[in-house]
Amino acid sequence: MIDVKELNPIVVNCPPSGIRKFFDLARAVEGVISLGVGEPDFPTPWDIREEAIVAIEKAKTFYTPNQGLPELRDEICNYVKRRFDLEYTRENVLVTVGGSEAIDIIFRTLLCDGDEVIVLTPGYVAYEPCIKLARGIPVCVELKEENNFRLMKEDLEKAITPKTKAILMNFPGNPTGGIMRKEDYAEIIPLIKQHGLYVVSDEIYAELTYEGTHTSIAAFDEIKDHVLVINGFSKAYSMTGWRLGYILADKELIALLNKVHQYAIMCAPTISQYAAIAALRRCDEEVVQMKQSFEQRRNFLVNSLNKIGLETHFPEGAFYVFPCIKSTGLTSDEFCERLLKEYKVAVVPGSAFGKEGEGYIRISYAYSIEQIKVAVERIGLFLESLKENN
Amino acid sequence: METLRLLNIIEKNARAEITDLAAILNETEKDVADKLTDLETANIICGYHTVINWDKTNTERVNAIIEVKAIPERETGYDNIASHIYKYPEVETCYLMSGSCEFMVIVKGKTMQEVANFVGRKLAPIQGVAGTTTHFMLKCYKFEGVVLESEEEKNERMLITP
Repeated sequence: MIDVKELNPIVVNCPPSGIRKFFDLARAVEGVISLGVGEPDFPTPWDIREEAIVAIEKAKTFYTPNQGLPELRDEICNYVKRRFDLEYTRENVLVTVGGSEAIDIIFRTLLCDGDEVIVLTPGYVAYEPCIKLARGIPVCVELKEENNFRLMKEDLEKAITPKTKAILMNFPGNPTGGIMRKEDYAEIIPLIKQHGLYVVSDEIYAELTYEGTHTSIAAFDEIKDHVLVINGFSKAYSMTGWRLGYILADKELIALLNKVHQYAIMCAPTISQYAAIAALRRCDEEVVQMKQSFEQRRNFLVNSLNKIGLETHFPEGAFYVFPCIKSTGLTSDEFCERLLKEYKVAVVPGSAFGKEGEGYIRISYAYSIEQIKVAVERIGLFLESLKENN
Repeated sequence: METLRLLNIIEKNARAEITDLAAILNETEKDVADKLTDLETANIICGYHTVINWDKTNTERVNAIIEVKAIPERETGYDNIASHIYKYPEVETCYLMSGSCEFMVIVKGKTMQEVANFVGRKLAPIQGVAGTTTHFMLKCYKFEGVVLESEEEKNERMLITP
């Protein structure tokens, strides 16, 4: 018999993910069509898979240096220079087990007991728990639809206290698809500088920015030494299962992060690291093609949802739309549960991404046009049935 | 409208409906329909075909790639010879090549004998044709960007992930 009261209360009291609950519900429904996933549907480009096979054949199967293969770190630097005009050298790079490990070790490194971290919500499900597990206090700032889910200076300003240690951002964002342009960041940079905040910027969806190119907050030199960029291979190269991400930061910070990383993880998977070198050297074109596919699917989904009367704006990044469903009179949970049970379509309730997501649903367009078409038809029938019953 | 994008989409799926194309491209249905008509008129869109794995049907069918050496003619170069080759209905595809031969011709027939007869009686005697080398195709793995029978499993993602 286990007495949970004597165990870590932060873990014991951590609520289970709302996504998990919904996953269990969806699994029980026969013939369900899902628009509920947070990963691309493309197989990893063959060039990358072949490189991994070669790595196995050549027995490149040992630990790598903790920080990651030097040639991979060099290629990451070349990549972020080429794509986002960021200047880093290999001392600034730590290769991690996906962006997920990066989030975890960053907060374990940055936070002292009771430090506050500003978190933007609705947001990715792992952020708040990781901050709490690192004994920090998440302070939520709401991203509002009327601002295209961008962070506004006045909202940020209100949330800053003397205990604020860091701000965690995710643009392009899950679940909103919101992005920050250079001019949007310019508004908040002085505030960040003035309060000496660390910026943890999860830019895992950077390549999926549709109009124009992605701006990294690390491009602002005046705060760069306090910025920790999280990025990785999952979304851009369709490599979710390879579990490979990285952190870009000041080299003193990297050295500290590497202490947590080396004791917790040792190193990121070696085979994935070799494959990632091929990705960075040879797969720019594949990235562009996948992005174009996503953009076409986005257009198709948004236009189709508008046609069936679910008003949806064009998100500028990632692969999610986040429409408001308040007009139906249902909560997010009710909407998604009924849509699932009555019309067999799985989408994720906005409330799974924080209470500020209540009244919204997250629909992923990491699916083929054919699948999106069938799902939207069913959503349309569901909306009609709601109207008839009112 | 981004014409290249439209072409890229229908190159992969000739059956895409105008309504869907309009939604994908963020254009009106009328604009898409007009654009398609323009592209057809300009012979940029030359046809709408289906990729069929004939090996899985019970039809007798063989394909051959034939390298054709040819001697160019004064004034018309290779074009006149090409037209004498490609007008035969047996010829599915015909390219002018660099390298060791002048034309690469893909020919279909019911049997190897039929293809051999075509080469011997029709193709080789064409004036200007100096020689042929016939390669019969044994199996088609990938055609027009489509892998006909993938050994990769259809990997289902989990229904819902964060």
